[in-house]
Amino acid sequence: MKRTFPLFLVLIFGIFALLPYIIPHPIIQNTDELLRNNLLKILSAFALVLGLGSLLKVHTDKIKRKRENWEYSWVLIMTFIITSIIGLFGGVSGTGILPTSIGSFPFDIQTIYFNVVVPLGSTMFAMLAFFMASAAYRAFRARSTEATLLLIAGFIVMLGVLPLGNRISPHLPSFAQWIMDVPNVAGQRGILFGVALGAVATSLKIILGIERSWLGGGGGK
Amino acid sequence: MTLILLAGLFALAPPTGVRAYDTPDDGGGAIIIEWQISQDDQILDGYEIYRSDNGIDFEKVGFIGKGRTTIEDETNDGVKYLYKVAAISDTIRAYSEPSAEVMSYPQWINRNKINIFVAFFIFGGIILYFIYHARKGKELFIRKIAGLQAIDDAVGRATEMGKPILYVPGIGYIDYIATIASLNILGEVAKKCAEYETKLINPHIDPIVYTVAREVVKESYTKVGRPDAFDPDSVYFITDLQFAYAAAVDGIMVREKPATNFLVGWFRAESLILAETGASAGAIQIAGTDQVSQLPFFVTACDYTLIGEELYAASAYINRDPLLLGAIKGQDWGKLIIGAILLAASVIGIITKFPILNLFR
Repeated sequence: MKRTFPLFLVLIFGIFALLPYIIPHPIIQNTDELLRNNLLKILSAFALVLGLGSLLKVHTDKIKRKRENWEYSWVLIMTFIITSIIGLFGGVSGTGILPTSIGSFPFDIQTIYFNVVVPLGSTMFAMLAFFMASAAYRAFRARSTEATLLLIAGFIVMLGVLPLGNRISPHLPSFAQWIMDVPNVAGQRGILFGVALGAVATSLKIILGIERSWLGGGGGK
Repeated sequence: MTLILLAGLFALAPPTGVRAYDTPDDGGGAIIIEWQISQDDQILDGYEIYRSDNGIDFEKVGFIGKGRTTIEDETNDGVKYLYKVAAISDTIRAYSEPSAEVMSYPQWINRNKINIFVAFFIFGGIILYFIYHARKGKELFIRKIAGLQAIDDAVGRATEMGKPILYVPGIGYIDYIATIASLNILGEVAKKCAEYETKLINPHIDPIVYTVAREVVKESYTKVGRPDAFDPDSVYFITDLQFAYAAAVDGIMVREKPATNFLVGWFRAESLILAETGASAGAIQIAGTDQVSQLPFFVTACDYTLIGEELYAASAYINRDPLLLGAIKGQDWGKLIIGAILLAASVIGIITKFPILNLFR
């Protein structure tokens, strides 16, 4: 029963998930909307509680057992508690029952989000530029035939988009564009065909209960 | 007499042939109105559309510029409507004859998508055919996939070094097929970790995926007879923010120094951040995604990369279940058929004037 019931649910909902794609009738569309938006939101809320519980448990354990870098877990737990209190009682933009400003210094959840979370995220994103440089260096070392081809293609494309490329030869920009439009797109489409068919096969295997690894059971056993 | 002459001078030719019909292949609530343009279209401001549900009182429901001959109107299903179209220039209007009565209603089938549905059933049929043959014990050949063959070595290396294995399932939600494929691989990797008694670290960005992954890992440990070795804290939720998650996983890579990193699932911009940090930390990296835009980053920074469909084939490849291998064989035949159709369509399109592309629209 522990395995049969989830498989039965997957079969029913898996088949139902296909229907809204071809049936535009509101009975099907509205039910789909209800399942996707409302039911999934309720499930997410429960899962979020479990998720946050796991996060706190991992870090309280770390503090209890004084594992390496346990001090930082205090930072996480204190930050979690403070922002939770501000978010729960201070309202989204300081309109709750908790005062969320000292003089002209606001600390409501929206201010925290835009002044702490967003800049930190942007910082991580900005680091991509440096990672790209190091990845490019690694990729462009001509150690094999494929890497050499990559180096040449990359060099042509880079030259093609620069004014210098046009100075070297007026045909270079159009050749660079051809590399992007033809071999590059052909390769990408080849991968996408495989992905689409793989997605169909995986969906079928799961809907029909052939693939059960997601239950932890592995394969069709 | 003068007034009649003036009216004749400033009169506009009305639009003709007004036709209204229910919008096809929709969920109801819409009617399309078509007309033939006025003979004075060049000097018009545009066309006003009028609607009535009793044939007497018409209300304006829309305006569209000159030269246009069709508009869609939002309606209530089951109500009969008549439409008139007026050509308008400044304050002068010339009304058409009303259309016939029309009513909107929802359809049960979207005929525009039937071709895709048929293709789905054809490929589904091929896959089921091969699964059926595999069930009968027919031996199926599957080509070697380097990234998947390396899993045993990667887990073995971690065991020998006494270091953990980091499994990152990406930032996809549970309804993403790449995330489901990643969870399938996670189950197999967890089994090997349980067998070798290697520590597994599995951080998550989505609470639902976390909940499912926890059960998958737990079940895998039970399956190989080591439920006692399962550490509930090895699978945990971090945050639902993309770059905060990337920062946290980078931190794990730098602090814990895993011997092997699995970056398998649905990734976006954080893919390179994770892969480069893992490479600099000296871990063996096995990556896999169906995101074409992220594949170059993984190919560059990781030792092995599962490209697109290889990700979906991984679970079958690892546990060698004949039923799952049958599905992979079906996929390959699907690709062969698509390739043949593309080739035939290209040849027909080049050497004849047959509008071959219309068949696929």
